[in-house]
Parts: sequence; structure tokens; C-alpha cells
Amino acid sequence: MSTNVSVEEVKERNNQVIGEVLEVYPEKTAKKRAKHLGTFENGKTDCGVKSNLKSIPGVMTIRGCAYAGSKGVVWGPIKDMVHISHGPVGCGQYSWAARRNYYIGTTGVDSFVTLQFTSDFQEKDIVFGGDKKLAQIIDEIETLFPLNKGITIQSECPVGLIGDDIEGVAKAKAKEHNKTIVPVRCEGFRGVSQSLGHHIANDALRDWVIDKQTGKPARFESTPYDVAIIGDYNIGGDAWSSRILLEEMGLRVIAQWSGDGTLAELEATPKAKLNILHCYRSMNYISRHMEEKFGVPWVEYNFFGPTKIIESLREIAAHFDDTIKEGAELVIAKYQALTDAVIAKYRPRLEGKKVMLFVGGLRPRHVIGAYEDLGMEVVGTGYEFGHNDDYQRTTHYIKDGTLIYDDVTAFEFERFVEKVQPDLVGSGIKEKYIFQKMGFPFRQMHSWDYSGPYHGYDGFAIFARDMDMAINAPVWSLTKAPW
Amino acid sequence: MSQNAEKVIDHFELFRGKEYTEMLANKKCLFEDPVASEELERVAEWTKSAEYREKNFAREALTVNPAKACQPLGAVFAALGFERTLPFVHGSQGCVAYYRSHFSRHFKEPTSAVSSSMTEDAAVFGGLNNMIDGLANSYSMYKPKMISVSTTCMAEVIGDDLNAFIKNAKENGSVPAEMDVPFAHTPAFVGSHVTGYDNTLKGILEHFWDGKAGTAPKLERLPNGKLNFIGGFDGYTVGNIREVKRLLNLMGVEYTILGDNSDVWDTPGDGEFRMYDGGTTLEDTAEAIHAGATISMQEFCTDKTLDFIGSKGQEVIAFNHPVGVEGTDRFLMEVSRLSGKAIPPAVTKERGRLVDAIADSSAHIHGKKFAIYGDPDLTLGLAGFLLELGAEPVHILSTNGGAAWKEKAEALLAGSPFGKGCHVYAGKDLWHMRSLLFTEPVDFLIGNTYGKFLERDTSTPLIRIGFPIFDRHHHHRYPVWGYQGGMNVLVKILDKIFDQMDQSTNDVAKTDYSFDIIR
Repeated sequence: MSTNVSVEEVKERNNQVIGEVLEVYPEKTAKKRAKHLGTFENGKTDCGVKSNLKSIPGVMTIRGCAYAGSKGVVWGPIKDMVHISHGPVGCGQYSWAARRNYYIGTTGVDSFVTLQFTSDFQEKDIVFGGDKKLAQIIDEIETLFPLNKGITIQSECPVGLIGDDIEGVAKAKAKEHNKTIVPVRCEGFRGVSQSLGHHIANDALRDWVIDKQTGKPARFESTPYDVAIIGDYNIGGDAWSSRILLEEMGLRVIAQWSGDGTLAELEATPKAKLNILHCYRSMNYISRHMEEKFGVPWVEYNFFGPTKIIESLREIAAHFDDTIKEGAELVIAKYQALTDAVIAKYRPRLEGKKVMLFVGGLRPRHVIGAYEDLGMEVVGTGYEFGHNDDYQRTTHYIKDGTLIYDDVTAFEFERFVEKVQPDLVGSGIKEKYIFQKMGFPFRQMHSWDYSGPYHGYDGFAIFARDMDMAINAPVWSLTKAPW
Repeated sequence: MSQNAEKVIDHFELFRGKEYTEMLANKKCLFEDPVASEELERVAEWTKSAEYREKNFAREALTVNPAKACQPLGAVFAALGFERTLPFVHGSQGCVAYYRSHFSRHFKEPTSAVSSSMTEDAAVFGGLNNMIDGLANSYSMYKPKMISVSTTCMAEVIGDDLNAFIKNAKENGSVPAEMDVPFAHTPAFVGSHVTGYDNTLKGILEHFWDGKAGTAPKLERLPNGKLNFIGGFDGYTVGNIREVKRLLNLMGVEYTILGDNSDVWDTPGDGEFRMYDGGTTLEDTAEAIHAGATISMQEFCTDKTLDFIGSKGQEVIAFNHPVGVEGTDRFLMEVSRLSGKAIPPAVTKERGRLVDAIADSSAHIHGKKFAIYGDPDLTLGLAGFLLELGAEPVHILSTNGGAAWKEKAEALLAGSPFGKGCHVYAGKDLWHMRSLLFTEPVDFLIGNTYGKFLERDTSTPLIRIGFPIFDRHHHHRYPVWGYQGGMNVLVKILDKIFDQMDQSTNDVAKTDYSFDIIR
């Protein structure tokens, strides 16, 4: 797509390519998929697509499951608790240490994020139930990992199908060991994607951790500037490069959810003066709950790219007094030179480049500002497991004519990229090698392609470098043989 | 501020800066409710003790860091070895996202597979509609020549009947009646990924040989003297299958690779994405019934498959992921015996080169102690090679190895003076291995990427051989089978030994006298 194409032509092209993919589907499927594909029209309050509906069988959805949303996203990064993948061996194996939730700790002794604890269900556990085994597993964890602060039980599919009472086991064992033990009903067949797993994990947090704090004193003396970071999984250290800015502006971060987080931090969160929420999709539920129950207000923020960072710092500061407001301005001023230098270096190399995204959580919208800070343009985007409120929020970020694809299938994504010819595709590991083979520069936007952090000012410099390195790598000129 | 546009620093360096280390130290002491450092130290030391090892080995219910995956992963692997075949996994959709990611992280290649995306309603009513719609969608979108159906634990727990479902779907017109849709039940709570490979490969052969689920006459075997070759679930499948083909071609053997994944996981970067590439053709798969014999490189991966093939009258021979001189000798001699083709001088010369290389280097390996873990066949193959190098395996562990594997491993060790001090651990995991490495240390550890946690904890240098290898690139392109493959393994082991020598002799004015330029 060259820059002199009009928005009307872009919309026409989008319609055309959407029509082309729908033609291939059986009629029933085409009818369903049509509702998830569209073009953003300026002035609309959402992106004109349906979302959070069941994926269609056999289409190669990119989505995962509720277990992935709970164990993989929300609970797994809590470092001083042991998370049992309860069921057969696979789920825990495939998600073992794969998400780069950075933490500091003595792994296997006081920290457990990159260990794979599984009940490794056998046929007899399916036939006779897994509760006894679970109880014994908890005892064995207490023996071998005595410094754990608590345990969560991350249910895999069979648990909910065989009628196990993991809540009963959790209660009995919590009493016996005087520990927090959290049963999570995140069986993979529940809901339509990871998203319900986030919600279930949030509810488990509410019932088994947060609400139990009612009336309990804080471990520390509160200050007027206490905040909690919610919904940052510290991928590649994102929460750290965010936290530093909040502290530099004068706030005190009393908890990180859940990247590099601890049970103590979860428990302290109702004492925060403000919950600042990065991933709205995965943690809005618990934020709303803490607002209702404990009166902790929450605010969404976006720390991708200087424009959004500045907006967010000011918005967060607006919840506090002048000390913090001035602090925010000082932080903004402090990093201005770095930001200018990063943009001066990379923008000329990236100006006008077109990007297509397909990610989860907040990224299909949140990273758009960072690309625009570098002179790039996001021409297509979609959510793996977004809801309508995500698509509503997306309208604040995208331009007229942006191609929108919800729960895109591998087949559609390939066709869309082929048609739109972006300069960069940002998606996940399952997509990466497909597009690279097609000759498109690609960055994994879940794991930051093993780089990061991308949050905050420090992260923006890395983001800019990485996008430059992807797009301007000499390898892309070698794709075609010279004969 | 340590960040800088000129030389951008990322996670490797960024968080080591003063501002971050101070911030994180504050976080810890103010908000994390940390364990007191003396207590942490005490427990950390205790986990290294013999007492801890005893408690650790007394575990009955808990598994920590297993070296195995579940059946459906193996099912997808096996299915991808056939021409234009789409693996279709009946059950929850998250599983398929995991398999695809897992393979892509290892091979650095796309992996195509679909799910029938069963959810709560399917849990209640069964997944028939998911199968009917799923097959129709897959067929129209991805134009496969064959769809290989397997199951996740969800479908198995609710008891979905694949045979009936596929029949039903065909009657509903999801796919043409004559379309090949073999299937295998692959419950995740039985066996491991190698079992899933076995079940699926057997399901595919059964489909073609035994009358396509009652829709065609069973094939009658007319022996033709060809050989079938099965590689099994193998992280080195790309390099290994190509190496085996090269050797068989050199010998002039007529053969069929049953399950050839070498091209689908190694497609070129030339501007085109090939969802399907290579693979055993469906015609060859059917014809393979007529072969004189079938050779499997991995016994524990092909248990039921070989039984089935044997029941058709073929001679079946199984190896245990042979690595090195003697393993390759046995393999080639069997090929020669079964095919009637001589081993050509060019291959004998390759053998000589490997023997020569071992002779050149054996002084550096001789007597070194090793721990090995991995799939049952791979651990046997590697142990055999270590024994012929004069190395001493001390711990051999396989989470998915059972009693038969243990017996086989012990017999192998008993056959060599270098195997004397070695113990074999079936069904144990990498947390057991951690205790073993602390209480009975070795010089080197051989295993997959997850071994890096053991390397970090116990300071045992890790030689990465196995599946998955996520944190080193492209090793799957290099064979470990054949004499060439033995050479690759030898070099990999030697490189680590020499690196280790250099690293332990580079302390200037202390240990640098052994920092030799010639080794």
C-alpha cells in the first residue's frame, strides 16, 4: 500500500480481501466470520466487529484456553507461590517458563515461576478422581519446598469433567498447613479463549486472597502516594521499567500484579490509594472489585512510546496532589533528551512504514502510539481474545480505514498480509515463521521476541531498536534468488 | 539513567544498573515479605543434601520438571510426516495452540494444526458437531489431502468416538466420502508424546492397510522386498531423516520413509509459505504394506505400530535411537541384511572417519562422568555412544521410560566396564535429577533446554541434545544418526569439554598455566 492511496481506496481493498477470504468458507462459517472482519470507520464508537464469541472448529484459531489465561498469565508470575498444573502433563509442559515473566529470587527455594509442578494425571486419576492425589501433592510441596508462601491449583480440562472437589481439598489443606491455597477452575474448555481464564483467575484472587484481607492491617505504614501496578506481567522486565517512572514521580509502588509479584503484594493491594491498570482485559475484574469493596479507584495507563507515556503520567498524577503532578513533569523532562535522541536516530529509518498487528490483551491498541512516535502507521489490527470494550477503546488509537480482524484465522491473516503488504507484522510465535518465509519482517509482540522491556522510556529505546532491526535487516533483500 | 539511544541497552544490562538494583532491593525488603536471608541460605543448602534427596525420591504424587509431554503432541508430530496432511485435534483449542508453539519454538518453523474447539456445551453434549463443522472448515480452507484426527484429554474424558464421528461427518458432507481421515485416540493421561506418535502412526497405517475404516477392502500384502523406515518422535528429524535417506540411497536400497517430517519443518525463506511440504505420499503409505521389513529407529516410540506391521507378516526391527559407531554399524548391517544390498565403500570410509575422529579426541572424553536424560530411546542411543567413547554414564533418567526401558538400559551398561557405576531412573523427573547431581556430581549433563536450570543450580555443564531445544538455533538440521551424525554429537560433546577447560583455566596469574592453545 503506497502512501498516495486514498482512504476510500483502502476501504475498498479491505472489503475486497474480506470478501475473498469469506468466499472460501462453507456458508455457515462465512456468515459467522463475516461479523469478525471489518474496516474501522471514523466516528464510530467501536470497530464494527463482533468479539468474544466461540472460535469456529477447524479454522486454525490462534487462541489459547482458560488455563493459559489463568496459569500462563494471571497466576503463574506470582513468584513465591507454587502453581500446580492440575491434570495431565502437557499443559504445564508447554507453558513451562515460556512467557518470560522476569523475577528475582532463588528458584526452587523461595521462588517457583520457572518450575513445572504437575499432578501428571494417569488413567487411574481420571477414573477414581484426583482429589487424593492433589492432597498428597500439596503435602509433598510443603515438605520439599517449605519456603513457598502459598499454592494455587490450576485446573486442566479433566478436573472439571470428573467432578473433583478441588475447593474442598484446598480448604482442608490450607487449614492444615496454615497457608494460602487457591483452587482455580480454569479448565481449558471453559469459555471461548484465554479471556475467561483471566476472569476466573481474578475471581479466585478475589475470593481466596483479596477479600480475606478485610480488616487486616498493612504490613507497612501507608502513605498518601501508595499505588499498585495491575496487569503488568513483567515480560522482559516491563513492570520494572514502568515502576521506575512511578517511583521517580514520587509514588510508592506497594504491589506488582503479577509480574515479579508476591503473595504479600497481592494482599497489600487493597491498601493502595490508586490501582493503576495496564492490561485492562486480564485484570479489570479485580480492579473493579477493589474499587467497590475497598474504595480503591483505578486508572488505565499506557506506557508504550513517549506520547502515551506522557499522557499516562499526567493522568496518573491527576489523582494526586501537586507534589506528584510536579513529579510527573520532572520525569517527563528528565527523559525528553533520551526520547528525542531515540526518535532522531530511528524515525528516519522507519518513517512511513506500515504495520499489521494481531496480539492479545491490550497490545493491539496500546502499541500503536509507540509506532506512531516512530513515524510508522498501523494499518491492520485485531485481538485474539478481546471483548467489545477493547474494540471501543481501540477507536481512540486507530485511523479511518484500518483493517480489523477479530480472532483471526491463520488462513485469513495470511491473505490479509499478502494483500495489504505491510512493512512489518507483529504477532506471535505461531505466526512468526509463516510471515518471515513470505518475506515480511516480523516481531513477536507477546514475548517481545525475547527482547524487551518495551514499557516506559527505557523500553521505548529498545522497541525502536528492535523494529528497526526487524525491518531493515539485510536478509529481506536475499529472499529472491538472483537467477 | 542508563538507557542511551546510541547504544541501546536491553534486559541483559538494563536491570543491573544502580537505579534498578536499588529499586528492586527496596521492593523486596518493603513489600515482598521476603524469607530471611539466613533461612533462605539454610534451605537452599538443605535442598542439596542427601537428606533432601531421600525425601525427594520418596515423592509419590508430585511431579516437578518432567522430561516428557503429552500424547497429542506426538500425534501432531506423526501426522505432519505425511503429504499434505493436516493434523486435526479433537478437543479443547488451547491444546493446539500449545503444540504449535512448542514445535515452532524448537524448529523455528511454522507448524500447522487445527482444533475442533470444543467448549462447555461440547463437554455436555459431546463434540460431534465440532467434528462435523471442523472437518468441513479445515477441508475448504486448507485443502489437505489427508486429515489426521487425534484427541485431547477433554474428548477422551467425555468419551467421544472418533470412528463414529468421522463417519457421521462424512455422511454430512464435511469432506468427500473418499477422503482419507485416519484417526487415533491419544489421551493425554496415558503415556507420553512418544505414545501419541505411536498411536497416530499406527492409526494412519491401519487406515490405509485395513480398509479405511470399513469403506474399502483391506489390502492384501504382496511382499516386494522394499524396506520401510520409521524415525519416530525426534527433535533432529530434519537432519536425521535426510541423513538416513542419503545412506539408503548410497546403498541403493528401495525404501519408504513412513512419516517424513524433514521438509515440512525446513521450508525455505523464498517469499512463499508452504503450509505443506514433503512428507510420505499417501500412495507410498498404502504400498508400504508390501515391504519386506520395517525398521524403526525408536523402539519405545513405535511399540504398537511395529506390532501392527509385524502382524501383516513383515519382519520388524527396532533400534534405540542409535548414535555412534556400533549403533550405526548395527543399523546399516540390518539394512544390508534385509535389503540384500552391500554397504558401499563410501559408507565404510565414513565409518573410518568417525573412528579416526574418536581416536583423535578420546583422551579428552575418556573417564568423564555424564548424566543423561530424555526420551527412552534417545537416552539409550546416547548412553551407547558414551560407552564407546570411554566416557562413564553415571545417571540415566527418563521420565517417560518404564520397566522395559530400565531393563534395556541396565543391560546396555552391564555390557561395558564404563557402565559399571551407572544407575538408571525410570519415571523420574528433573527435580530428582537435581538431587542426583548434587549428591553424586558428574562432569557433564546431556539433555534438552530445560537442563539449563540444572546447569545453573548444580554448575554441571549442559550439552544440549534432546527435545525441545528452544535456546539454541538450528541444531535440528544436523543429524545425530549415521556416522556423520555421530561426528556431530562427538563435536558437540568435545566443544563443551574444551569450553569448560578454557573457562576453568582463564583466571590470570592463578590457573592460566593450563590455558593451552593446543588441546
